Amino acid sequence: MNKNMRHFAIVAVLVLIGAVIMNKLLISVLPLPTPSSAQAESVDSLFRLHMALISLFFSLIVVFVVYAIVIFRARKGDESDGEYIHGNTTLEIVWTVIPLAIVIYLGFLGTKALGEVTQAQPNEKVIQVTGFQWDWRFEYPEEGITSTTLVLPKGQPIRLEMQSEDVIHSFFIPEFRVKQDLVPGHVTTLRITPTRTGGFVLRCAELCGLSHAYMLADVQVLEPAEYDAWVAEQTSQTELPPAELGAKIAETQGCQGCHSLDGSPSAGPTWKGLFGREETLADGSTVVVDEDYLRESILDPHAKIVEGFQPIMPTDYGEKLSDEEITAIIEFIKTLE
Amino acid sequence: MSLFSLPAVKGLIAQILGTIAGMALTTVIRALMGLPAWKAEPAWVVGALLGGVAFLFAVGAFDDWLQWMVGKETPLRHGPPPDRPAWTRYFSVDYNHKVIGIQYTVWGLFLLMAGGTFALAFRTELLRSGMQFLGLELFNNFIGLHGIVMIGGILLGVGGMANYLVPLMLGAEDMAFPRLNALGFWFNVPGALLILSSLLVGGWDAGWTGYPPLSARGPIGYQLFFLGVYFIGLSSIVGAVNLLVTILHMRPKGMSLFRMPIFVWGVFATSLIQLTATQLIGLSFLMVLVERTLGMGFFDPGLAGPGKALLEGGGDPILFQHLFWFYSHPAVYIFILPGLAVIGELLPVFARKPLFGYKWVALSSLAIALVGFLVWAHHMFVSGMNPGLRVPFMFATLLVAVPTGVKFFSWVGTIWGGKLHFPTPMLFVLGAISVFLIGGLTGPILGTVPTNMPLHDSYFVVGHFHATMFGGFVFPFFAALYFWYPKVTGRMYNETLGKIHFWLMTPAFWAQTLGQMTVGVMGMRRRIADYDPALGNGMIQAGHVVITIAGFAIAFGVLLMIYNFIRSAEVGKVAGSNPWRSRSPEWQIPSPVPEHSFAAPVTVVGEPYDYGLAGSTYVRMAAAGDD
Repeated sequence: MNKNMRHFAIVAVLVLIGAVIMNKLLISVLPLPTPSSAQAESVDSLFRLHMALISLFFSLIVVFVVYAIVIFRARKGDESDGEYIHGNTTLEIVWTVIPLAIVIYLGFLGTKALGEVTQAQPNEKVIQVTGFQWDWRFEYPEEGITSTTLVLPKGQPIRLEMQSEDVIHSFFIPEFRVKQDLVPGHVTTLRITPTRTGGFVLRCAELCGLSHAYMLADVQVLEPAEYDAWVAEQTSQTELPPAELGAKIAETQGCQGCHSLDGSPSAGPTWKGLFGREETLADGSTVVVDEDYLRESILDPHAKIVEGFQPIMPTDYGEKLSDEEITAIIEFIKTLE
Repeated sequence: MSLFSLPAVKGLIAQILGTIAGMALTTVIRALMGLPAWKAEPAWVVGALLGGVAFLFAVGAFDDWLQWMVGKETPLRHGPPPDRPAWTRYFSVDYNHKVIGIQYTVWGLFLLMAGGTFALAFRTELLRSGMQFLGLELFNNFIGLHGIVMIGGILLGVGGMANYLVPLMLGAEDMAFPRLNALGFWFNVPGALLILSSLLVGGWDAGWTGYPPLSARGPIGYQLFFLGVYFIGLSSIVGAVNLLVTILHMRPKGMSLFRMPIFVWGVFATSLIQLTATQLIGLSFLMVLVERTLGMGFFDPGLAGPGKALLEGGGDPILFQHLFWFYSHPAVYIFILPGLAVIGELLPVFARKPLFGYKWVALSSLAIALVGFLVWAHHMFVSGMNPGLRVPFMFATLLVAVPTGVKFFSWVGTIWGGKLHFPTPMLFVLGAISVFLIGGLTGPILGTVPTNMPLHDSYFVVGHFHATMFGGFVFPFFAALYFWYPKVTGRMYNETLGKIHFWLMTPAFWAQTLGQMTVGVMGMRRRIADYDPALGNGMIQAGHVVITIAGFAIAFGVLLMIYNFIRSAEVGKVAGSNPWRSRSPEWQIPSPVPEHSFAAPVTVVGEPYDYGLAGSTYVRMAAAGDD
């Protein structure tokens, strides 16, 4: 038994040394990107605690096993048996109860940190995120901006309300740490408070088909004053000539997902040469495309369905778009001869 | 003897003919219903189903039962077929559990190598950022095929060990239901062929998890994937019934549950999961199959993407994930519990010392199996499920660490104070402990919701689960192959080649799994064909180079093992009945094991692992003629 005690004392020292080395190693081979959100702080401190525990328990088992291999290896030709030890109930209880206490404590810390990264903040700014194969769109309801770049003011708590138009996507910016899927038919929420200015990349983290690897969007975190300037620049775009404004609105609304600009077939009629064209409707009647027809088709798309197409166009553009914006889109269509 | 008289070949031909017949049948029915006669998707579904069933009839898996239906009795066939060479029994329906065990193992190794080949292909693509030679579509297909083919190979490897070893360890002549046992194996052949042939009809690009709506909208290859998984799942279920009944009813006199070899405990726990959870992956895939084929909207909420057909909606994609993970999380315990039991089985033999805390090790397997049913939603922490569910699932997930810890501490207790020997199987056991340790320890960080968020769907997860699969299955499986090889063939494998295999594979695997975790933390997402070379301050590409080279080193090691086994079967030195000086029943009979295994009934008279207790023995066999 004395001999065993000496072994245990040596092993205990080695376990501690091993744990420190392992922890250094893990932190150097697992380089987290620079934390850039308030949420990242809660996540990272828990991350470091986990790394320390991984190092300690890894060292505990590995040092014991390696030490045993060196000390207890059978010498050449030794066919004898080892010590006849069946087990030790006290030890079994100890190494059941201590890990149990540790995981319960970890669960408690996890719950606390989860609260920190998901709780509602005062003065949240809402941004609506839409994911579709294979791109992103961001709408700022307060400012009335639609953008393909996610621009955020530093220090401002943000609530992202996220929807998918087709399959499951996932919102992930490594520097912000948090992640949330976008699920068709659901609105999911994610909270971010950016703490560092600069450019980041939003990447889809849920396999969503062919070009999943390239489903990216630029993210800009700006100082509040710069952000205000960006908002002003975006909103002043209503001063654009109507046809150009219409083209921009059509792009951000994703109109070209179903209506091509070059005459190629798609889910909806092409816009090329649409204005002034005579269309045959599903009921056999014909109509000449004019401004009134286009306006009606945007506001109440199922009123007149062109032959060969399905009534699948969303019916809520009347709520999404202002009168001026609809006029702008019509002006844009007029230019597509 | 003509090749075409070989039952496996008959089965293959029947599968092709059955597929064509099914397609014709669908076309005729559609024509009679007044629909456009040819529609590829339903034709392939019915064809694939009939083809798989036709394989089973033609190979002869139902022969005896068909005879019984018309009132004929058929005795249980024993031994090699009388009119053909002995090797043909491995390509036929054979009722001997040892033959079935080898069929499982060899087909499993084939699938593991096929799955590994898919991995080598896309690993080569990932050597550099940008697209090299695979293309996005093929890349997305290969990652899913790698996953599911590996899973099939692991299930077959587990089945191989369980079928070969459990009856021998129980001193039984065979399994409880030998005919069902044979059917259980043969399900896997048409099943695996369906999965592999999915590439020919457009493949499937959603990964092995097959999440709808993506899987509800993709090419026809999905349907073959679903049906293939269905066949392999049936094999799991009938195999589990058979093993449970065998373990509970066929133990010899004196073998109480707590005197069973620890491997049998592992198989028992695994079979409980297989019997009760496999239905859920079958169900979830069947529902997507029905959604696609008959337009029932279980999972697709009915939103039409640009250019996509509008499915009649109302479904919920998250429902699928609950059904899917209710099997697919416990499934990982199906893979690892037998492997961990192999560690417990081999350590006492090579430490010449009793298994430390036998009852705790045995019950920890049951505890893992039980808790394993309560943790599935940790795969869904960021899925958009009810956020309140995250906390209870976090606690349940962390709880798995407790029985797993008991296993590790008990292994250390077994090694401590032993007389350790290090032939190849023991090396692989020690490799398994080290690899499963890093796999297990990286579990809680993923099971804690806030730290799960950055790591979810990243390469960190890939590193974690490859470590659990290699530590919990691959390393122990290889240990088992080396350990029982002399029992199966009667000859010893080449020790030098075995050790080269170990020293090649273990550092390579460590480099691979740490490399995966590293690029994952840098921001590398799972399942992407191309990555941003700027990630990790430009170090990410170096990480991928390490992972890829390590992958090839592992593959080379496996080829070395296969070569070793084939070569040693002819030139290896004769092993004798018990080269490892084990106390287990299978080592008390000749090698290779005779057709009927035990010449006389086995009685258990002691504890299984009483190494070091002078004069004790585990089993006694009545001398021939003795009763």
